[in-house]
Amino acid sequence: MLIKLTGGTVYDPASGIDGQQQDIFIQDGRIVDAPTDGRPVDKEYDLRGKVVMSGAIDMHTHIGGGKGNIARTLLPEDHRADPVHRTQLTRSGTGHAMPSTYVAGYRYAEMGYTACFEPAVLPVNARQAHMEMGDTPIVDKGGYVMLGSDDFLLRMLTANKDQKAINDYVAWTLNAAKGIGIKVVNAGGINAFKFNQRKLDLDEQNSHYAVTPRQILQTLAKAVLELGITHPLHVHGCNLGVPGNVDTTLNTIQGVEGLPMHLTHIQFHSYGTEGDFKFSSGAAQIAEAINNNKNITADVGQILFGQTVTASGDNMRQHANHRFASPNKWVCMDIECDAGCGVVPFKYKDQNFVNALQWAIGLEIFLLVEDPWRIFLTTDHPNGAPFTSYPHLIRLLMDRSFRNDMLATIHPEAQKMTTLASIEREYTLNEIAIMTRAGAARIIGLKDRGALSAGNWADITVYTENADRQAMFSKPDYVFKDGELVVQNGEVVKVTWGTTHIVKPDYDLSIEKDLKPYFDKYLTMKLGNFKISDDEISEDGRGSLTAHPLRGVA
Amino acid sequence: MTEITEVPSPFCGIGTDDLAIHIDGVSLKVTANGCAVNSPAFELPIVDTAPRVAGQAVDLATAVAKAAELLRNTQQPVIGGCATDVNGMRALLALADKVGAVADTGNFNIARRNLLAMQDAGWMNTTLAEIKNRCDLLLIIGTVPEGFAPRFFERYLWTEDAMYLSDTSVREVIYLGKTPCGDASTSPSGKKAQALACADAELPDVVAVLSALIKKQPLQAQSVGGITVDDLQAVAEKLRTAKYSVVLWGAGTLAYDHAELTVQTICNIVKDINLQGTRCSGFPLGGKEGDQTANQVCGWTTGYPARVNFAKGYPEYDPFLYDSHTMLTNGEADALLWVQAFNANAKPPLTELPSIILGRSGMSFDKEPDVFIPVGTPGIDHAGHAYRLDNVVAIRLKKLRDSGLPSTAEVLHAIEQAL
Repeated sequence: MLIKLTGGTVYDPASGIDGQQQDIFIQDGRIVDAPTDGRPVDKEYDLRGKVVMSGAIDMHTHIGGGKGNIARTLLPEDHRADPVHRTQLTRSGTGHAMPSTYVAGYRYAEMGYTACFEPAVLPVNARQAHMEMGDTPIVDKGGYVMLGSDDFLLRMLTANKDQKAINDYVAWTLNAAKGIGIKVVNAGGINAFKFNQRKLDLDEQNSHYAVTPRQILQTLAKAVLELGITHPLHVHGCNLGVPGNVDTTLNTIQGVEGLPMHLTHIQFHSYGTEGDFKFSSGAAQIAEAINNNKNITADVGQILFGQTVTASGDNMRQHANHRFASPNKWVCMDIECDAGCGVVPFKYKDQNFVNALQWAIGLEIFLLVEDPWRIFLTTDHPNGAPFTSYPHLIRLLMDRSFRNDMLATIHPEAQKMTTLASIEREYTLNEIAIMTRAGAARIIGLKDRGALSAGNWADITVYTENADRQAMFSKPDYVFKDGELVVQNGEVVKVTWGTTHIVKPDYDLSIEKDLKPYFDKYLTMKLGNFKISDDEISEDGRGSLTAHPLRGVA
Repeated sequence: MTEITEVPSPFCGIGTDDLAIHIDGVSLKVTANGCAVNSPAFELPIVDTAPRVAGQAVDLATAVAKAAELLRNTQQPVIGGCATDVNGMRALLALADKVGAVADTGNFNIARRNLLAMQDAGWMNTTLAEIKNRCDLLLIIGTVPEGFAPRFFERYLWTEDAMYLSDTSVREVIYLGKTPCGDASTSPSGKKAQALACADAELPDVVAVLSALIKKQPLQAQSVGGITVDDLQAVAEKLRTAKYSVVLWGAGTLAYDHAELTVQTICNIVKDINLQGTRCSGFPLGGKEGDQTANQVCGWTTGYPARVNFAKGYPEYDPFLYDSHTMLTNGEADALLWVQAFNANAKPPLTELPSIILGRSGMSFDKEPDVFIPVGTPGIDHAGHAYRLDNVVAIRLKKLRDSGLPSTAEVLHAIEQAL
């Protein structure tokens, strides 16, 4: 079937197209050149006056895995307030902070998103992450596999194993857990918490292993580069949420010594200690560091006001923050000599000084980082806010007067501590398209996604131009996934199943000679039973794997 | 005759995956690392393979059509048991969503003791590998782990090596409430576990006193439930001085009203110890034959644990109201579908309502159901996934033989399609 999208105003930064009127042709799921052989168009959509972008990509959203299910189980009251009815087409479920998987898939698609990446896949819990993502309809998915607090890596570092051996282990784990990138959460900190350390600075040693977070970050960043994994090491830094952590973050940037590194939910890592409340914005310093260090990318992890739940692998920091739990209940777990997790419900309040300033700090970072290819739109769903708040966030970025109106309503002392009112920048549609499409696809390493030129998969979102950007981005006119119309007027019209994006870096099989005895001796599962096979993803008849190319080996 | 090694078990809950099994046609024999739970469960012979309608053998299509007929136009069907693998539970929830049923896992009233505590205050828990490598003090409250899983101590405490203990026999084991059963809890060097026994009914008070001691509250009592406060004070001190203590409880044996309050007190003890300068983690022992699997899959599919009602067109969770047994007894249901793919000895609830049973081959009934469909056992007759009791690890179950028995998921999909 040949589909023609006629006359839309196209924003396709990957092809350098910034708001030009263009026709797009789709055949067999992909975008094709305009046919020259006179083939008839089977279906035409008149998109004159509409805005056309590729499907949006959320490069950091907690949509699958054990901590998410703990968060769901912990908060039945949150689900009761947002029941989702079954329809002829769609399954029932529940929404708000941590929605059921079906509802997450529908709601992402209904906002024009066509791919989501779970950033904290514990290798030992990867099956669950894939099973949950396998029950998330329409969108493509993938995950970053967590390393850095696993005992095997720390033992390797203590034993001064060479970089090649580390690379083999990283590649082995990535293959076994089926991810597209490597994530570090509070490098070594989750492990240190098990040894009763309650904080771990960048150059502080694990009390057992005599390894520092800086060493872990350097080693893993090098492994990612040398293995040719496109997505830079995805780093949740030390000292999340701690006033003064801006220095830690700046040191982390310097400490990686030019290697590619992605700093996630950087808002939570950009706090100073100035002012009467000893809590201030470090956004300007952070933005300057990002602007000056081309090896660094970041997503913001914007907070927005209201009830949510924070679900993180960082049980050290989550335990420290449990006293802020609202409602007052929380879960921490130590997990399988692999990692951990902490789930703490939060209610961010605009009249709370700290929360209000967190809100402003996130926006300052968005607006002060100059290159939209290196900063990404996230709320660290659900940690800063549920993903359903993205259209509101886009309006805050694109509409200065709206932003300043909102600023005028927050805690007055927080207003005094932010430069937000003086920042004139408004994001353009092209910049939004970079941040949520082209840039995201590039940084994750997705081939044939996030662009609208011929040869790409036809993941396409069509909006009606509207000065109210929140309204515009809440309800696309059309969403196409792999060339099929899945959403019309903001509602799902067809349920499809996206693919799971992975990379498969090579490794020396002899790493299993070290791993097998380690599994037998210390872990609770046989090595062979640990590795996820391809058919586990595809045997339900819906899932599939798409392996992306590696970069030329460095 | 073939032998398959490193076979994972869905039966024992602790994720044993070192079994060796001889396969001769459809006969299985556990030849290495069996136990009193796993060996009989794997070796159970296939008895019936044909579905039955009203007691008469029929083909699968006929049984499926009859099941669909019985479910069609019902107002409040209930789906009980829920003892199956991940794909089985996925299919079960899809069907429940479509027919507006209650989905209620078989042991929910036990799991509820943990869930109510967790949903009210949360907890700090750990998993099996952390116990294996770190635990230097195991406090066991109100249960006997070796009775639940015969290989628990062998696999997770008295191991040859542990990463952070030079000698695993230095681990200390204390039973609070129960006494050990046999010598499984005795260390390899011969050190017996300490036992502070009390009657089940006294356990809430005993745990409350321990909690008060941890919180350093003044106490007038000298003893509680036959245990001296001095002995409990010694337990509190050991928790404070251990490097990584684990407090294990089993909701299944806390068989009294409002046991969730005992669970909550235990969880608070763990939290308090973590605020007193050392580490401590809880460990809920329980959940086999698909209990955790049902709650996990229902969790991500609906947002709630596996006692939900889809009658209104969306999932509603009520840990008391949607008890399928009570609903059947009180006349609040109009059909029963019951799924038990693991245990041929389990009995469905007795009811006069139209009933459809998907059960393990060899299941016997006090009253023949309208429809009985023998299904394959996950991990024997087909591949699948099942959750271990610590909830984090989903094990990959293997297919061991070609029995021709359909999976739960296949049968439930077929029923859904036939509606």
